[in-house]
Amino acid sequence: MTLGGWIFMLLSVGGIFVWTVYCFVRVFRARDAREHMHGPLDIDTHDRGT
Amino acid sequence: MADLNPSAQTLERRRENWGTKLGVILAVSGSAVGLGNFLRFPGLAATHGGGMFMIPYFISLLLLGIPLVWAEWAMGRYGGARGYNSAPGIYSVIWPRPWSRYFGALALMVPIVIYMYYVYIESWCLYYAWSYLRAFVTGNRGVSPGESVEQGAAFFSNYVQDTQNGLPGPAIAMLILVFLLNYVFIYRGVTRGIETFSRYAMPLLVLCALVVLVRVLTLPNILDGLGFMWNPSLPEGQSTWDYLKNAEVWLLAAGQIFFSISVGFGIIINYASYLRRNDDVVLSGMTACATNEFCEVCLGGLITIPVAFIFLGGLPEGLLRSISEGSSLAVGFFALPPVFGLMPLGLLFGALWFFMLSLAAITSSLSMLQPTIAFLEEGMGLGRRAAVALLGLLTAIGCLIAVYFSKNLAALDTMDFWVGSVCIYVLATIQVLMFGWAFGIERARAEIAQGAEMKVPAIFWPVIRYVTPVYLLVIFLFWAKQKFPERIRGIVELDAADRAGVLFPLIYIGLLILFFVIMIALTRQRMDRLRVEEHAREEVVP
Repeated sequence: MTLGGWIFMLLSVGGIFVWTVYCFVRVFRARDAREHMHGPLDIDTHDRGT
Repeated sequence: MADLNPSAQTLERRRENWGTKLGVILAVSGSAVGLGNFLRFPGLAATHGGGMFMIPYFISLLLLGIPLVWAEWAMGRYGGARGYNSAPGIYSVIWPRPWSRYFGALALMVPIVIYMYYVYIESWCLYYAWSYLRAFVTGNRGVSPGESVEQGAAFFSNYVQDTQNGLPGPAIAMLILVFLLNYVFIYRGVTRGIETFSRYAMPLLVLCALVVLVRVLTLPNILDGLGFMWNPSLPEGQSTWDYLKNAEVWLLAAGQIFFSISVGFGIIINYASYLRRNDDVVLSGMTACATNEFCEVCLGGLITIPVAFIFLGGLPEGLLRSISEGSSLAVGFFALPPVFGLMPLGLLFGALWFFMLSLAAITSSLSMLQPTIAFLEEGMGLGRRAAVALLGLLTAIGCLIAVYFSKNLAALDTMDFWVGSVCIYVLATIQVLMFGWAFGIERARAEIAQGAEMKVPAIFWPVIRYVTPVYLLVIFLFWAKQKFPERIRGIVELDAADRAGVLFPLIYIGLLILFFVIMIALTRQRMDRLRVEEHAREEVVP
């Protein structure tokens, strides 16, 4: 395997690996939208009374 | 234009949502990860410059893949928030014109026609996994690479009986099993069926591939195999600049990104429609995309070609020609089976490999059914059982056509070319124009920002509006110029018996488009009627 082969392989595989890990770390750290607390103004009561 | 939103009551009955954020990411990445990641990508890279191929590949990912993914996720969630889960409905709110919904016929037809032949290939993977466990597949030492591949091809040919038209018994039995398995999960719905299956299948798939990867990386002479895959290899006398000026490598790299991420299939837009209004699309879309790339580059790129190279002692000329044209069949079903047969504990690793491919294929094929199920339910008002039964009938007929015209796999090849390639380009172009132009960049910006867990780079907006459509169009024109004459000549030169294998699938595809156009027209009337009834109810009960 040549030096060029090592460089392309490590950059490609390593880059994608780091990108994937970064994305999943952010996903797991982010709160699920369903878990957000809603203030009274955010809650739609569907009340359309006149 | 009349407001065609169905009544809240009718939609409430069947509104489904993803259970968790991880669930939707795994389902979308499961849809994208398929045979192309493990079989097509490594072959293309190895035969088109080795490591150099990654330059056009990554540029295509940035300019084509990620923008299209974000556009489809955003459009899907926007349509879903307005009560639509199927492409015709989503298009009608993205681009409020009376005829925009009719583009949805293409988005409904594409995934189910791909399903018709993909499920057949899926059944081959499962059969091969089973064959390894029963030690039906073996490799012969001391034969040349060419002979090994010929033996692999003969085993395959014997199974699918591709020398004449007809229904191959054992292949049909396995196809029925896999076909029914898909419908069991689809019948269970988005959360209990697709999401549940993907949550188990995707980690299992990665685990199986990692086990095989560890085995491959600990083989003697592995560096020779990795070198064949990753060493930059330019044709004699060609410089790096000459390589990068070659339109063909850009075409192949962009095509691989495009097919691999499953944009233009009408699937992501449907899956994203089950998101809640404030669910993130930016980070989730990018994570699904990254997962697909991980399977393709980190797993497929380190396993498939290196292992074939080591055990076959080089790749024969005929096989290289096939894989340079992007044939997954040649790598997956001709070259690799004898390779696993030769490897120590090869039967176990072969079974694991093909089981992993089966999982990848099932998560993809499930996603191909859901867009049409959603349309039959929301548009035609069918219950899940009726929708599944009707779609089962439509796809079973298509499967029979794909299997019956098995001589040289003519029907399968025809469906793959006209729908799995041409229609996908067309649909992706329509969708990117809808998002960047018809929907409007300001609305698109606001929609993507809604609930976003990360910021979209500013460069994305000119890219999605100008670069991606032009890139798509140029690729398509080059590709069509290269492939169309050869394809048309192939049809004309066939004898009458073989021509049926091309014409039958084409006629069926035409009938399906017609069916969906009529159904969309009827759906529009139904939605109008529901709206009028809803207004009448509101007037009676203030």
